[in-house]
Amino acid sequence: MANILVNVPKTAKRGEVIEIKALIMHPMETGFRPGPNGQIIPRNIIEHFTATWNDSGVFALEMSPAISANPFVSFFAVATESGTIRLRWTGDQGFAVEEQVAIAVE
Amino acid sequence: MTGIRFGIVLAAVFAASFAFAQGGDKRRSGYQDMGGALQQMQDDDTANPGMLFVQQGAKLWEQRIGAADKSCADCHAAAGASMKGVATRYPAIPPGADMPVDLEGRINLCRVDHQKAAPLPPESQDMLALLAFVSRQSRGLPIAPSDDPRLAPYREQGREIYARRQGQLNLSCAICHDDNAGKKLAGVTIPQAHPTGYPIYRLEWQGLGSLRRRLRNCLVGIRAEPYPAGASEYVALELYLMNRAKGMILESPGVRP
Repeated sequence: MANILVNVPKTAKRGEVIEIKALIMHPMETGFRPGPNGQIIPRNIIEHFTATWNDSGVFALEMSPAISANPFVSFFAVATESGTIRLRWTGDQGFAVEEQVAIAVE
Repeated sequence: MTGIRFGIVLAAVFAASFAFAQGGDKRRSGYQDMGGALQQMQDDDTANPGMLFVQQGAKLWEQRIGAADKSCADCHAAAGASMKGVATRYPAIPPGADMPVDLEGRINLCRVDHQKAAPLPPESQDMLALLAFVSRQSRGLPIAPSDDPRLAPYREQGREIYARRQGQLNLSCAICHDDNAGKKLAGVTIPQAHPTGYPIYRLEWQGLGSLRRRLRNCLVGIRAEPYPAGASEYVALELYLMNRAKGMILESPGVRP
């Protein structure tokens, strides 16, 4: 299971702009580097990152091989209603992990 | 009367702060020489990539392995209490041995002797994760090297290596990190080489690395031949460096450029 660190405030006021920060452990292998045996190491990157707030999309990101290992993503969203924020990373070699955090909006 | 007393107190406070600024500790952690953005990255536990390894180490701490089917937690219980301060006093000589080992060596001794499992390859992901997890428990504590007299000859060997010129560039550790620390090497400030943040997440490495990796990196930098993996010279150097940084605050896991 992937190691993930997510930083989302537990509560927010309605209409408040909050910052959502997410860090994930991933090698982000570019697919351009030769390994010790001279063969190219196959590409292994996260291709997509999406964030949904109660199943409606709030943020999406497409990643490229130039992004460093263990990518850190930070974005802003307007707090509208209490519920669940789902963060999803998908990529090469069947990589798919999801993390969810609850947020109370008052 | 009160006025005079106030004046005396004020003078004393002034003198004390002046003495602190003048004769105070001139040692600096690499943390103080890096940019504000990186300092923030290190200080925020959800932005510091080293914390990913700490998280992984916490899982390994609970995992039962080896013929003994024991986890670290089965003997040491909660790491928050049992591992507090451990990283500040290694390298040390473990009971029943006569050679010092660093924290990495100590973890492998535990694996082989108590868990009856294969030792982890040096600087492997799992080893670094355990190292980060154990070191994290000592964050904020001053470095307190062991005063075991048997360590003295190894520390002396470390001091000797630190001061010895080597490599094609004919440099010693001391030439950069004592004589020219604070000046620039290319665009980078030369640090005083205090091991305050290990294991460190170095952005250039895009990963976590131990003090050993840093030492090897420096040796390659002065075009010397690095000591072979597992050589006692690394432990000797670590002993000397930890003693040199005695009393400085441990920041593990640190972030460095």
